Amino acid sequence: MDLLKASFVEVADAVKSKKISAVEVTQFFLSRIEKLNPQLNAFITVSEKAIADAQEVDLKISKSDCIGPLAGIPFGIKDMLCTKGLRTTAGSKMLENFIPPYDATVVARLKSAGAIILGKLNQDEFAMGSSNETSYFGNCLNPWNTEYVPGGSSGGSAAAQAARMVMGTIGTDTGGSIRQPSSFCGIVGIKPTYGRVSRYGIVAFASSLDQAGPMVTSVQDAALTLESICGHDSMDSTTSQKAVPSFSKNLNSNIKGMKIGLLKEYSLGKIHPDVEQTYQKALEQLKLLGAEFVEISVGLTEFAVPMYYLISASEASSNLARYDGVKYGFRAQFNDLSSMTLDDFYAETRGQGFGTEVKRRIMLGTHCLSSGYYDAYYNKAGQVRRMLRDQYAQAFEQCDAIISPVTTSAAFKIKERSSDPLTMYMNDIFTTSANLAGLAGMSVPFGFSSLGLPIGIHLVGSHFDEQKILNIGAALESVSGTREKTPHVY
Amino acid sequence: MIDQKTIEHIAKLAKLKINPSETEEYGRQLSKVLNHFEQIAKIDTTGIEPLVTPTDIDFFAREDLVANDYTAEQMVSNAPEKAGQLFKVPPVV
Repeated sequence: MDLLKASFVEVADAVKSKKISAVEVTQFFLSRIEKLNPQLNAFITVSEKAIADAQEVDLKISKSDCIGPLAGIPFGIKDMLCTKGLRTTAGSKMLENFIPPYDATVVARLKSAGAIILGKLNQDEFAMGSSNETSYFGNCLNPWNTEYVPGGSSGGSAAAQAARMVMGTIGTDTGGSIRQPSSFCGIVGIKPTYGRVSRYGIVAFASSLDQAGPMVTSVQDAALTLESICGHDSMDSTTSQKAVPSFSKNLNSNIKGMKIGLLKEYSLGKIHPDVEQTYQKALEQLKLLGAEFVEISVGLTEFAVPMYYLISASEASSNLARYDGVKYGFRAQFNDLSSMTLDDFYAETRGQGFGTEVKRRIMLGTHCLSSGYYDAYYNKAGQVRRMLRDQYAQAFEQCDAIISPVTTSAAFKIKERSSDPLTMYMNDIFTTSANLAGLAGMSVPFGFSSLGLPIGIHLVGSHFDEQKILNIGAALESVSGTREKTPHVY
Repeated sequence: MIDQKTIEHIAKLAKLKINPSETEEYGRQLSKVLNHFEQIAKIDTTGIEPLVTPTDIDFFAREDLVANDYTAEQMVSNAPEKAGQLFKVPPVV
């Protein structure tokens, strides 16, 4: 069995029928991590318990105990999700030594589906960034070309997946952090509808925008992973009680007659010609497969990026107030305790524990929530956010899904954009709207730039309608021809 | 434009120690981001309720039951300093 090419279903079936053991699969990928991680810096922590966990899965199978659909599938988890007994840093000095006493619901559900957790993946600090350059643990690199960023904030997930250091990964997405790195590294990534996946045990960034989702090789693997982690959780009151469909069984690449919305505001992004070409090719292919196109307008997309930054920074400033140097996390040391005030204690701890980008966003958020500014900024953004959601609802009366590029360009070089936060922010124009409106979004690889870097297509679905974008994604995947190519670091 | 004094005030509210070069940099960048937001200020939002949770969530509350999931030792295990089952902090008053 070629573990680098096999699907989740194939490997899980082989593990269940004892053609291969979970331990063998785990050892295979651990040795790939050992070989490739020095080149990519995708993992922050590798689990020392992985083999023991795999042995447990094998034992269950030998005893004919009930075992889930992800039996023996090795996963890497973004370091935003708490893993019991396994260090969880959020890419920050603040949590450098934090060992959670519990699993995030997503992690617990993966484990109960039979998955093996191999380790924790690199990311921008507290998921704030689009290049993985803000990580306290150093840059993660793009396996297609190590001079380029893997994207962010789930850069480690995307790089580890593209280089097949694991079979599957989980990322989180607040403004595009699953979809943009998936596009940059040529993998499939889904941000589910807000409320589909529990946020319990995920380090909080912006609570009304955050969602976790799979970042994997194929649409089928994505569907299988998604249905394993979705659904109501009593530990997160924002999770929906809607039934979770069997996305993988319902997967259907026949999209004849489906109506795909072309965003009129698409031209707002300054799209690179390579991306434009790939996008047009995707539209041609979808037409050949029988899809129909309708032009739709979501006028407020134009304001999505500033709206997103304001709301996410405001929520972040509130969420990150918990890092006080007392209960867990970094604490600053003082030489002279006699003159230290409580405010000094907090300010010094937080000043040293957070990186520049995190502090910048806390500052922005604090300002927007402060007395005299709340109505003009946070409240105003919330009002426009409702208008944006309503515009999307109208658009979805005319179409089944909306298509656009994921980002305006393929991956950029390391340090190329980090000096100008606003330019960096503007690359998120297509992805941020989906988080603001709570919609499902997905990146599907569909080609390469002239420099050989992957380019993804962005599909957005209505609330709780992941199935349609998965189906369109499967159709795109069937004609993309990108799966045959492997990255430089592999 | 956000001046140095405002930045210092925000840093105080956020309980963040920032150095003079950060003060200057954040002032410049925050002004830029907020200027960008000025476009939104022009949109008429009269009578519109701000949206916080983007999907319609059915209200759900767990039963209020005692759950002894963790020991006191586990709860303090990540503290930078501890004394037995207690969080230890330097004297601040």
